[in-house]
Amino acid sequence: MRRKIAVFAALMACAVGWGGVASAQQAVDTEKELEKYRQMMSDPMSNPGFLAVDRGEQLWSLKRGTKNVSLETCDLGIGPGKLEGAFAKLPRYFADADKVMDLEQRLAFCMDKIQGLDLADIKKRRFGKPGQTSDMEDLVAFIANKSSGFKIEPQLTHAKEKEAAAVGEALFYRRGDVLDFSCSTCHGEEGKRIRLQGLPDLSKPGKDAQATMGSWPTYRVSQGQLRTFQHRLWDCYRQQRAPEPGYLSDGLTAITVFLMKQAAGGELQVPSIKR
Amino acid sequence: MKKIAFALGLALIVTTPALAQDKGIDAATLEKYTKAMWPKTPEGWESRIAYDDTMKICSETRNQPSDADFAKIKAREAATVKFPADGNVMGDYKSGLKIANNGRGGTFTDKPMTNGANCYACHQLDLQEVSYGTLGPSLHLYGKNRGFKPEEAKAAYAKIYNSMGTAPCTNMPRFGYHGFLTEQQMKDLTAMLFDPNSPVNK
Repeated sequence: MRRKIAVFAALMACAVGWGGVASAQQAVDTEKELEKYRQMMSDPMSNPGFLAVDRGEQLWSLKRGTKNVSLETCDLGIGPGKLEGAFAKLPRYFADADKVMDLEQRLAFCMDKIQGLDLADIKKRRFGKPGQTSDMEDLVAFIANKSSGFKIEPQLTHAKEKEAAAVGEALFYRRGDVLDFSCSTCHGEEGKRIRLQGLPDLSKPGKDAQATMGSWPTYRVSQGQLRTFQHRLWDCYRQQRAPEPGYLSDGLTAITVFLMKQAAGGELQVPSIKR
Repeated sequence: MKKIAFALGLALIVTTPALAQDKGIDAATLEKYTKAMWPKTPEGWESRIAYDDTMKICSETRNQPSDADFAKIKAREAATVKFPADGNVMGDYKSGLKIANNGRGGTFTDKPMTNGANCYACHQLDLQEVSYGTLGPSLHLYGKNRGFKPEEAKAAYAKIYNSMGTAPCTNMPRFGYHGFLTEQQMKDLTAMLFDPNSPVNK
């Protein structure tokens, strides 16, 4: 396994080693190479994202925090400790917290209430980097993988779930900051691209939204890290030139609810692999 | 000031219920969420956080303002444009080409720097640059197609400075209005579009 990953990493480094002024041919070649590797990823042993899945599995059953217990009694919406298919129904309303939560908000809630874990440390390490793993990214990789093959089932029956979807939709169209951008500036029309990068149209339900939401969390080759959708939105706002959005804030969850609504029925294949 | 904005928000809901409520959410609820997403303004960003009346209307109408709002926005935004003191909007097209190809600067992970305009993210310009986006129209032959007329160059400078003064609720940023680009940069970009020697016009 280790050798496969090393070979893969070397090839990917070549594939993504082009800068902003790549030729169209290079870009096409890169895309072809990536497609080959995406197909190879049907063998889970060759997607480095599965290293995060393995670490997440350890973290799920690790006793720690002031209460020295594991997360195994955490209820992700389908019963304490139940993991199969839970991610396909997130975000959703949780009565014990009286709010709509995505997986990371829910895990933070369980870490705090069940384990008595230091959330400051968890939040500080929210995004992994060389020499530092992220418990959140690892746990999300593990738990989301337990829903791989499941269909996205947005939860929209509770009043607060409906509110989150409506707020998420409004945020999707909310323009602001120094470049006047919103999510919809880039993701509001079919068949558009930035430079040579194709942009999914997330303004309407269907295949683009399904393919997008069905592929998070993902292993980001260019960053060498497993990334969650919290990170994806963090990076979207970064590129919009907005200020840094608060990690685990309800607005990010609301956008996720809206996008999962657009992606209803799409199949999760996670962790995926992306440029 | 905040109170005034809030009151305006409420007035908008009352006077135009079809806008916000058809989309299922009121302005006050949305404000509650955005306040929680960005609880405090980062240092040095005080002048950058802009959700002004124009963006409010563009957001709530999904860039389809009413005819009345369209006219109001156009007049208001056009009035913000500051032309160079000597009236010359033409800079150096070669510098403009570099600025158009530079997408760096302005993110919360960047140190303060001279920002790039990143025109190629959305527009085709010089045909030699094949890595261009399609969110905006092709600007190839932009100056040539306008006869290289000085008044057209001035209009292009104004559009770069504040796009909404020409096309309310366009996707294009208001580069000068927000101070994202300098006067010299905007002059260089105008020259890139209007200099007959610029590859954009070849």
